[in-house]
Amino acid sequence: MKKQLVVCLSMLCSFAFLAQTNNLINGADYFGDVKARHIGPALMSGRVSDIENHPTNSNIVYIGAAGGGVWKSNDGGVKFNPIFDKYCQSIGVVSIDPSDPDNTVWVGTGEVWTRNSVSMGDGIYKTIDGGKNWTKMGLEKSDRISSIQIDPKNPNTIYVGVLGALWGDSQERGVFKTTDGGKTWNKIFYINEKTGCSELIIDPSNSSVLYASFWEFRRSAYSFSSGGMNSALYKSTDGGLTWNKIHSGFPTGKLGRIAVSIAPSNSSIVYAVVECEKAEEKGLYRSNDGGATWKFLNGDFGLTVRPFYFSRITIDPKNPDIIVKAGLFGSISRDGGSTFKSLGAMHPDIHDISFDPLNSDKVFVATDGGLYRSLNGGTTMERIENLPLSQFYHVSVDNQEPYNVYGGLQDNNSWYGPSASPGGIEARDWELVGQGDGFRVYPHPTKPHIVYSEMQGAEAIWRFDTKEKQLRVVKPYAVSGDPTLRFNWNTPITTSPHNPDRLFAGSQFVHVSNDMGNTWTKISPDLSTNDKLKQNQVESGGLSADNSGAENHCTIFTIAESPLSEKVIWAGTDDGNIQVTKDGGKTWVNVLPSIKGLPANTWCYHIEASVFNEGTAYAVFTGYTKGDYLPYVYKTTDFGQTWMSIITKDIPVFARSIQEDLKNPNLLFLGTELGLFITLDGGASWSKFENNFPSVAIHYMEMHPQKNDLVVATHGRGVIILDDISPLRAVTPEILTKTLHFFDSKPFVMSEKSSFGGTSSEVEFVGQNPSDAAQIKYFLSKRHTFGKMNMEILDSEGKLIATCQAGKQKGINTVEWYFNRQAPKVAMGKTLAFAAGFAPNVKAGKYTVKITKGNEVFTKEIEVLYDPKSTFTQSERIEQQRVTNDLFDMTQDLAYFVFVIDRWDDCVANYKSKVPGKNKVADDLDKALDALRDKLVVTKGDNYVGAGEPQLREKLGQIYSTIGSYYGAPTSSQLENIAMLKNSFAEAKAQFEKIKANNLKAFEKELVKKSINLPFIVPFEEFLKLE
Amino acid sequence: MKKTLLFIVLTGLSLVSNAQNADEIVAKYYETIGGTKWEAVTGILMTANVDGGGMKIPLEIVKMSDGRGYLKLNIQGQEIIQNAFDGTTSWSTNFMTQQAEKSTSDDNENAKRSSKEFPDALVTYKKLGYKLSLEGEEKIDGAACWKLKLEKNTMLVEGEEVPNIEYYYIDKDSNVPIMMESEINSGDMKGKMGQTKFSDYQEVSGLIYPFSILQGIKDGASQPITFDKVVINPTVDAKTFMFPEN
Repeated sequence: MKKQLVVCLSMLCSFAFLAQTNNLINGADYFGDVKARHIGPALMSGRVSDIENHPTNSNIVYIGAAGGGVWKSNDGGVKFNPIFDKYCQSIGVVSIDPSDPDNTVWVGTGEVWTRNSVSMGDGIYKTIDGGKNWTKMGLEKSDRISSIQIDPKNPNTIYVGVLGALWGDSQERGVFKTTDGGKTWNKIFYINEKTGCSELIIDPSNSSVLYASFWEFRRSAYSFSSGGMNSALYKSTDGGLTWNKIHSGFPTGKLGRIAVSIAPSNSSIVYAVVECEKAEEKGLYRSNDGGATWKFLNGDFGLTVRPFYFSRITIDPKNPDIIVKAGLFGSISRDGGSTFKSLGAMHPDIHDISFDPLNSDKVFVATDGGLYRSLNGGTTMERIENLPLSQFYHVSVDNQEPYNVYGGLQDNNSWYGPSASPGGIEARDWELVGQGDGFRVYPHPTKPHIVYSEMQGAEAIWRFDTKEKQLRVVKPYAVSGDPTLRFNWNTPITTSPHNPDRLFAGSQFVHVSNDMGNTWTKISPDLSTNDKLKQNQVESGGLSADNSGAENHCTIFTIAESPLSEKVIWAGTDDGNIQVTKDGGKTWVNVLPSIKGLPANTWCYHIEASVFNEGTAYAVFTGYTKGDYLPYVYKTTDFGQTWMSIITKDIPVFARSIQEDLKNPNLLFLGTELGLFITLDGGASWSKFENNFPSVAIHYMEMHPQKNDLVVATHGRGVIILDDISPLRAVTPEILTKTLHFFDSKPFVMSEKSSFGGTSSEVEFVGQNPSDAAQIKYFLSKRHTFGKMNMEILDSEGKLIATCQAGKQKGINTVEWYFNRQAPKVAMGKTLAFAAGFAPNVKAGKYTVKITKGNEVFTKEIEVLYDPKSTFTQSERIEQQRVTNDLFDMTQDLAYFVFVIDRWDDCVANYKSKVPGKNKVADDLDKALDALRDKLVVTKGDNYVGAGEPQLREKLGQIYSTIGSYYGAPTSSQLENIAMLKNSFAEAKAQFEKIKANNLKAFEKELVKKSINLPFIVPFEEFLKLE
Repeated sequence: MKKTLLFIVLTGLSLVSNAQNADEIVAKYYETIGGTKWEAVTGILMTANVDGGGMKIPLEIVKMSDGRGYLKLNIQGQEIIQNAFDGTTSWSTNFMTQQAEKSTSDDNENAKRSSKEFPDALVTYKKLGYKLSLEGEEKIDGAACWKLKLEKNTMLVEGEEVPNIEYYYIDKDSNVPIMMESEINSGDMKGKMGQTKFSDYQEVSGLIYPFSILQGIKDGASQPITFDKVVINPTVDAKTFMFPEN
């Protein structure tokens, strides 16, 4: 028995040991201050999939985004905050519990507007505190949830419509019911593995009555099918026990997606929008008898357009004849569905529309371009400006300062914008460089005003001169003898690290241009499988043709030229090939067969050619278009002859992109459908990066070679940047054991840029700027909780320059120092002299960072540089520093001068309190001191428009901060002003000498006479230490 | 047999880790910071120098056991009081006019409601009828923590009674909170989570107190305060708490 116990314990210990050794560096514990910075943008926002209004409080509005999570407004939609960042960001539905609307909200993940670029869900979630905390409540394999209906009388009874898997068969579809608040679920209505519940509604007046529309649908990488004999509308009147098809008056034959809605003010009135075989029968149907019979009303374009994308209909809460329908533009009927007109102008592609339950004039609309709000029933629309939900497909960067970020968006054009901007990165900072759906955008490597962009299916590949505003289509065309060129919806284009005028583009061939797109050469054969069965896109759509180019297949999707050799080029195809040439395209080898364990025809999404070795590359494959959500990421070091999987159990879902660090080959970043993962050990273990980084789908990443920033294109939360990841390169097993380890840093530059900041309104999203402070980075092996810990900056002579709050967390800490030394001590007046409190910058040079942690002291030398782009000479700078220091000293001299006067004034007051009655000596001194002080500091008024006339302190402060905050020599006018102020100060000192000689002498005698103490006036050095 | 034994060992281990409940966690915390010694404490005074862009701003915070308190800034010799409460009236100095102004009736009422939370809401939760629950475990700053939810009495926001919930993250190693979180209920940041981190716990008069706090918005900016002095049972002029009638 004892022996067994020992064995068991030793097994447990060895498990623990294995866990440690296999996971040498658990990054999540050490990421610390490496934090994500969101730059949006929000000016084009992104697809919103669902809106949910609070039933009794108009201020509370929730939205679910297609790829950007759940957001909550507490002010009627003026501003929103993200409340679901830890979880899957693809949202199908948000539902408030009507019996506890302030607290209980359910979220079904997995968008149900099933376009080609849609993500997937991972179950149903619940909050009971208005969104602060969430619990997953099951249905993990539901893939996409269309509806959550909560019994108004019993919150434990909930019905869930599960649309289910888009890319394959699944059995977790249909209607699910819980009667225990989500602890257990029963599938109460199921059709088959191809047909899901696209809409489920409950009768608000009778919670036993439910309507469920079922949709037979399927998407593959190369086709889409909507409709079948199993699509239907059902009704249950017994809480889901039994269901009956309610098609009396409906079209016959195959049906497609059906939108359904009950009029909240009259449950007998039900509307349905039906997709069916015959064009003349497609459209809006109305039932006045709870679905027993239907009457066709209207087949307008706004009702029938793209049912897979727009099947949502909403009825005014108070008027059953006011109907709004999602669509290309969104439409509204005010006559019970007989006629419709478009809603007010806004971004097209409307997915959901909601009425404020308390005010039908207030309408919210979810579009591909974000959320809109109307205050006049949908006639005029205003866009909500703080929803950075942009869905980037790709990102690239340039080498400008600050560098720009380039990328294209789902249905929202192509853009570039700065990684930093005065006052933050605003909507106005972004420049439009492409139309339509935008994808890959690249700056010319050496001509920063030239930008390449594209639209869907390479309908255009543009070369845009941003300076001259010249736009030219430079796509490769089919030439004599060519088959039809097949371009992916998201066509690969890329520039070259070897030839700045080179541009690659991929159809089924690799095309290369060495003159910026003017002439093109095919340098490969058809690299795809060229499977003709997957090239019949004209048939795509099912009951409603939908040949947008989104299903183009058997195409090249990723092209990577080795940074080390222009002869080595990789190409990956959407039908699963991975090909490489080592002779610049003369010969290609399909190296797919050497990848073991990869299912056939798995989409090669990204190839990253290594910066360390010509033969090294990483390949990311995604099988999601075949219903396979497993990650497939491989590394080769021999041009693809052999491959090694670098996926571990740490990665829960498929990935689309990988980024190799540029300095440390063991540091890799993996963009998955549920966020960012990082390995510090070459893929032996991965850690999810969560520091302000949502679990959002990542489509591409790029690393800025100079800044060491990881720039991430998310498909739902815009561009997210991890500034300066260099500390991650330095995290090694050795430093994990140190109490504190300073990371080396490049010299810090004191930027000389000035600005008046930004112009955004208070309700607009503004992207965060990177820090321009000195960032002192160190590693702590354990969180500091007990005992003192502080940081000081010392100059080369060991003199204290500044103190900073030390970071205390386990892992990487970043402390910012804004290069300032301490501000001067300022004379006390009636008001505050903010300018006089200016803290000047230090000189360039070497400084020591000193951290005291308990009894231990850790030091690190850092270097501070002047801005290399400065226009000032060294002599100008020296003059600026001399004058600034002079004024600094003068400010402190004045502070002490006023202090001395104040002490005498206190003494006079003390005398007067002890010696009642008039005393000419004391009174004269009092008056003389007051008159003198009045010239030195403001002695009346307030800190705003009631301020007194500026005196010496204020004037001195103004010129001091003006000169101190500039980097060049003072102007002659400024120097003349200083001379005048010095003169004023000298006159004041002379006046005080007179007071001393006359009034003070007499007063001192009075004090002695009355045995009253002379004032105790500390010397100047002591004064500086006083608080 | 082997299976049973392994089960027992695993169960035993899990019992060790689950043996905590919210009450016990708070009891341990109370014991760690001095336990019943706090009963004799009538107030705490803390002083610090806050960095205002290089300008040293002396700061004094006083918190009395009877609920009175204030935060006093000294800028260029001008004393500016913020969040003062004299037991009846809550007030602050207006920066522009430098005159005292009463807080809104909501803030005043909220100050009254929280006035008995001394030395803090966690220690007094039972006495005040607050609801405490253990929400689980979470890592904060890389340290394994218990996550406690403290549901206080409601607070007033724009005239409405709203839930008043704080989350405390108690370091499992040291038994002290290293972070507190609560939702911001009004103003421009409404809806975001406010966070306060605690560190540099040190002994003062036999009690343990955090000398460093970092207050800010989750994933946003924060302001550190490191106390250079903490005085237990300070002598404070009662007038300082009181709203100065002009």
